[in-house]
Amino acid sequence: MSDQLRVNWIRCDAHGLCAELFPERITLDEWGYPIVDPTPIPKELRRHAERAVSQCPVLALSIERIEDPPRPPR
Amino acid sequence: MTPVNSLASPQPTTLPRLLRGLGSGTATLSLDAHIATHGPLHIDIDAGSPNTTLHTTIAKSGIGGRGGANFPVSRKIDAVIAERRAPHVLINATEGEPPSHKDHVLLRSTPHLVLDGALVCAGVVGAREITIAVQAGSTAEHAALTAALTERRSQHMHPGIAITIATVPDGFVIGEERAVISAINGGPAKPTIAPPRPFQKGINGAPTLVQNAETAAHLALIARYGAEWFRSVGTPDEPGSALVTLTGAITKPGVYEVALGTRLNDLVATAGGLTESARAYLIGGYFGTWIDARDAHALTLSDADLRARGGGLGARAIIALPAHACGLHETARVANYLSNESAGQCGPCVHGLRAIADALDDLAKGNARAQADIERWLTLVAGRGACRHPDGAAKLIASALDVFADEIRAHTREKRCTASATKILPLPSPSSPKRKRA
Repeated sequence: MSDQLRVNWIRCDAHGLCAELFPERITLDEWGYPIVDPTPIPKELRRHAERAVSQCPVLALSIERIEDPPRPPR
Repeated sequence: MTPVNSLASPQPTTLPRLLRGLGSGTATLSLDAHIATHGPLHIDIDAGSPNTTLHTTIAKSGIGGRGGANFPVSRKIDAVIAERRAPHVLINATEGEPPSHKDHVLLRSTPHLVLDGALVCAGVVGAREITIAVQAGSTAEHAALTAALTERRSQHMHPGIAITIATVPDGFVIGEERAVISAINGGPAKPTIAPPRPFQKGINGAPTLVQNAETAAHLALIARYGAEWFRSVGTPDEPGSALVTLTGAITKPGVYEVALGTRLNDLVATAGGLTESARAYLIGGYFGTWIDARDAHALTLSDADLRARGGGLGARAIIALPAHACGLHETARVANYLSNESAGQCGPCVHGLRAIADALDDLAKGNARAQADIERWLTLVAGRGACRHPDGAAKLIASALDVFADEIRAHTREKRCTASATKILPLPSPSSPKRKRA
């Protein structure tokens, strides 16, 4: 079990705040959309991640607890 | 009381299975002819409780979904039943992919087999409601299905089950199951964010078992003849037969039913052979991969074989690209189409596919620097959307850069294209119904 950032791509409008608030895991592509590093978020970075999530103007970012195994159909 | 069926006509020991009893014409198999061909369907449909015998048979058959993902049917059934709420069945017959015709052929020629399969789906999860989704442009298919339902109503068949035909907008992305469900629920015909997935929250919020029309047709026969029979053709890992749409430089293009694991060469021979030598095969439709014709001689039609070559069988649309066509131009045309068909919801898909399609055009015009951009963007679009549209498009384009490396060099270094034929890969014309959007 680990924590990962998840982007709701339908909501995301490329405001780019997340990359400013959490550069340890988020960079932006050339159109301004987040590129998320899938490495699990350690405890000491958790506050940064939470700030990025709460500051997203369209609430497109969330922290997801990843449990294995994955569930059925896509 | 699943497979035991004393009234059934003898089980077919040879192919075709799904396309059995069909003449060379385009006539639809009537209800009487359907029953004479396949025998009647005897299953317990107790709306409200799943038929566990049927479930066991389907699990033993090992059938994977025939809509393209090859996802185990029994696992979808498990997931729907585990929700413990009144479920719904959705048969996805949208088939928005231009080079694929198999579901259209099934609906037009043997709609009762698809309907039987829909009932099997209802029985196995205990559903009272079935929706069959077709695209607005599929008027002949809609008509065949409507006529088949009328025949059944006049004979008062399966009175406890409500079967509805839903017409959804035309387009490529609409075929994605969550887009179909969104459209049926009155929303936009576009994919939604998952979760929730259809087995959790589908039509009207009910846990929904979604199966492709061809999968349903196979289930109709599995319910009649059993798992052993189903597995008697195909490979141990990918049992059964499947419909393939074979087009391009083929003497008799069309929809063929083959055992999974059949050699591509044997299928091509069955279709009368090539009309001229092939440069490459596009396997798996527009989310598929190009395979160099020189590497295709030993290729078998199985996901296992294609995965080993970086591809997948998808919904089994196969196009033989003739040697005098240009794979680079053809792929650029399809990339442009796929970019236009983006639902327009997710940034990386909207901007990335457009940039890639434009750069492919540049590359075809001889601009060598475009290739590095394309390669970088391909890594940026995959996995960054609500659905797999950008992933599928990226896979196709990446395989083109690999297989058509010689053509790309000819375009960029020698500024020449050897093609004498264009527009081999089918695309809907701007005025055709498949092109219309929601």
